[in-house]
Amino acid sequence: MSELQLPSIDYAALAPTLIMLGAALLGVLVEAFVPRRHRHLVQLSLALLAVLAALTMVVLHADDRLITIGGAIAVDGPALFLQGAILVLAAMSLLLIGERSVERGGYFVAQAAVTAESAEDRRQAEGQNGATEVYPLTTFAIGGMLIFVAANDLLTMFIALEVFSLPLYLLCALARRRRLLSQEAALKYFMLGAYASAFFLFGVALVYGFTAGIPGRSAGVDFATVNAAVTESPASPLLLFAGMAMLSIGLLFKAAAAPFHVWTPDVYQGAPTPVTSFMAACTKVAAFGALLRVFHVAFADARWDFTPVLGVVAVLTMLVGAVLAVTQTDIKRLLAYSSIANAGYLLVGVLAPNAEGISGTMFYLVAYGFSVLAAFAVVTLVRDADGEATHLSRWAGLGRRSPFYAGVFTFILLAFAGIPLTSGFTSKFAVFGPALDGGQAWLVIAGVLTSMVLAFPYLRVVVMMWLSEPGESTPTVAVPGALTSAALAIGVIATLVLGVAPAPLLDLATGAAEFVR
Amino acid sequence: MSDFPFLSVLTVAPLVGALVVAFLPRSRPELAKQVALGWSLLVLVLSVVMWVTFQAGGDRFQFRESYPWIPNWGVNFTFAADGIALVMLMLIAVLVPLVILASWHDAEASKRSVPVYFALLLVLECTMIGVFAAADVFLFYVFFEVMLVPMYFLIGSYGGHQRQYAAVKFFLYSLVGGLFMLAAVIGLWVVGGKTFDWQALSQVDITTGTERWLFLGFFIAFAIKAPFFPFHTWLPDAGGAAPAGAAALLVGVLDKVGTFGILRYCLPLFPDAARWFAPWALALGLIGIIYAALLAVGQNDLKRLVSYTSIAHFGFIGVGIFAFTTQAGTGAVLYMLNHGLATGLLFLVVGMLIARRGSALISDFGGAGKLVPVLAGVLFFAGLASLALPGTAPFISEFLVLIGTFTVNKPVAIIATLGIILAAAYVLWMVQRTTQGTLNPALSEVEGMRRDLTLREKVVVAPLIALIVLLGFYPKPVTDVINPAVQATMQDIGSTDPAPTSGGTVQEAAK
Repeated sequence: MSELQLPSIDYAALAPTLIMLGAALLGVLVEAFVPRRHRHLVQLSLALLAVLAALTMVVLHADDRLITIGGAIAVDGPALFLQGAILVLAAMSLLLIGERSVERGGYFVAQAAVTAESAEDRRQAEGQNGATEVYPLTTFAIGGMLIFVAANDLLTMFIALEVFSLPLYLLCALARRRRLLSQEAALKYFMLGAYASAFFLFGVALVYGFTAGIPGRSAGVDFATVNAAVTESPASPLLLFAGMAMLSIGLLFKAAAAPFHVWTPDVYQGAPTPVTSFMAACTKVAAFGALLRVFHVAFADARWDFTPVLGVVAVLTMLVGAVLAVTQTDIKRLLAYSSIANAGYLLVGVLAPNAEGISGTMFYLVAYGFSVLAAFAVVTLVRDADGEATHLSRWAGLGRRSPFYAGVFTFILLAFAGIPLTSGFTSKFAVFGPALDGGQAWLVIAGVLTSMVLAFPYLRVVVMMWLSEPGESTPTVAVPGALTSAALAIGVIATLVLGVAPAPLLDLATGAAEFVR
Repeated sequence: MSDFPFLSVLTVAPLVGALVVAFLPRSRPELAKQVALGWSLLVLVLSVVMWVTFQAGGDRFQFRESYPWIPNWGVNFTFAADGIALVMLMLIAVLVPLVILASWHDAEASKRSVPVYFALLLVLECTMIGVFAAADVFLFYVFFEVMLVPMYFLIGSYGGHQRQYAAVKFFLYSLVGGLFMLAAVIGLWVVGGKTFDWQALSQVDITTGTERWLFLGFFIAFAIKAPFFPFHTWLPDAGGAAPAGAAALLVGVLDKVGTFGILRYCLPLFPDAARWFAPWALALGLIGIIYAALLAVGQNDLKRLVSYTSIAHFGFIGVGIFAFTTQAGTGAVLYMLNHGLATGLLFLVVGMLIARRGSALISDFGGAGKLVPVLAGVLFFAGLASLALPGTAPFISEFLVLIGTFTVNKPVAIIATLGIILAAAYVLWMVQRTTQGTLNPALSEVEGMRRDLTLREKVVVAPLIALIVLLGFYPKPVTDVINPAVQATMQDIGSTDPAPTSGGTVQEAAK
């Protein structure tokens, strides 16, 4: 009987993840023991402090390049860069989630168990303080994302996927107003997400089967073994292709790529806006971090097999996002379709077969995250007595009522449209350049053509805000609290700085663009 | 003095001015106007100093400056000006103060912030100078795109009838062109070894197929901007809806970015493709000359009419560029300058008429010359300049284009000459219907029509008239600057002038 060999664990390198998960557990205890009136402050501080501490650890260990806990986690350039990105964006999302001065009691329902649309429900919507469970849930989700982008085998990746998905499903259901819409969104997201997870798991099983029988190696799902199997496995490549396809479905679902995007508009619209912003920024980073790792590490040698298929997915995603964005009448749905189109542009970066593609994709993720957070921050502010006024017709003439916020939103829309001197332009260049360099001209042309289509819906919102006369029902812009102001300011300034002086972040991304194997 | 960083200072100065003007209190519109005017005059003075410093027979590119921007992609803030760019920069510097002066009361009519209007004009000046001064393809692209934003708001917020539609159409057309160019810019960057420096890129050898695609990417963007037939449909809408001052800049300068881009980027960077596509480009130019002139004859809206005449003129410029002779090329560049002056004047004068009448429809006028004789006279002069009457500056450029084309391609030159006849038709008929004939009784009841040119308006039109006449008789200072730059461009594409007629012709024509 062989003795059980304990894997060596580099706790310092894992510290960011451990801090986040620890803080989430602590948050659960806070729910149980801290009096209700103090909970909001304690929970918010705890979550923000944890994010800051984790970020500090990421920065301190920025030069680590290692694989630890028995090959389950890889701490390398992309992992650290993306963990840093997730933490910064998550901090901004937490600021939005913690805002309580715009909507009395916050954006979240006080008691999720109360039946929607009942008298009791209306009472709690009027002024009871929102549930504070959202903070541990968010913290768990952040912890899961940190593992997701660093996972070095498919099973760890699957577990991380579940750790960050389950809290998100719950968070989607916790809107204070329009609760039926919110619950529907959560259910839809959960059902489809469960299917996607099942696909992923089945894919893992098939790939495991494919790795069996390589001379001198035992079967496994760590990326090094999978990578070796791609060239050396005696098994039928059909097993590999089927496995790869199913894994991709699971990941592309999270990334909101067509044709696995159908949940996105409903969920983005139904979920509380701060949660939507968290999904649009952080989930995107996590999903593409995993896609980068899977396709650049595990399946790197099968590039010629997956590139055409994923290329078609990318083109389809850009097309669906851009074309359907044109027809939207709700600002949150419009941003959802824009997020789908952006997933397509990101896929172009993922498919660039060079290190610049990796760094370009990472740059894009950060730049887009900042802009989209700022966009949703403005959405939380445009409101009337019934909460947020998300229908586009209601935004007519907003530029007259509140020129400052309309100006800020216009700037963000110009960034989305890829006008130079905004991060939207530099990030498009960062993914299109390497893709063209890597011989993927058709993806770049599709990207450029869809950008033309996508400019129209953005421009329509600008026209609505500035060139239309304000109507009776034009809502006012609420005065943002300190938290929302901070998040908005960070997002807008980052959008400008990354457009005017992208060199420092590009340097950082270039230096971090190498995976350990 | 030539070490002074003229181009970067010229680019940044209007932007600083715009910020100052934008933050002036909304309640003090007069102050904003004065500051904006003063600032643009400062830019003009600096431009004149630069013009004097420029050595006409010296290096092709002068005032070169370069500062690193995004080293990862090889992007630099590189500025440099050749003779062509210098002439355009001068045109901008002259037109902007006049436009500001001409638009003195335009913004008040719109109920929107007056300081913002003048700030937008200065931002526009910054981007226009930047686009002509850039010698880095990436930097050029940045200015090319950002230029849309101030123009969009000038049309959309301060324009007239159908301004929203016109603003969106303008923005989308230009953006579509810009995105085609973006793809080509990235492609050029990849084949050119990850650099954006114009001089390095002009040395790169590109395979024939790639070169043609890249040429097309740039050409479509410039053809939409210029605009050439069939990419022209946005201009009448934008020109018709924009406030007169902004329209003068739009047609006078902004559209020249297209023809300038063809001369600076399409020809030297992709010479073989340019020769291969030249017959098609010539055909587009010819169609533009005839088609737009015919449409102009039929217009009942003054600003739309002027817009269509511009499309016809851009056809001439296109023919001049793609004839590939030095005379035609020099003529085309001179045309860019003269068209800016003549059409700028025409737009401003038409704007003054429209402001008085409160309508842009020709049928609402008739016999206006009896009420406002001086204004009618200026309109007549602007019209004559626009149809290239000998003695006015546009005549020389049109003549140069035609003889330069005739030496290499007789049919094209002959068809283009038809455009001159049509030009006479649309201009004279327009002048006749608005200012001549019996007085329209409705016209004499309009309060504004009893007021002839004010002192401010005379100050606006006088310099333009003077320049048009001066350059009509003595264009040598300008042609001396343009000629070496055009010759260098022709060398880039490997075109030589036909022996018997080359040499002295330019000088003779410019006597």
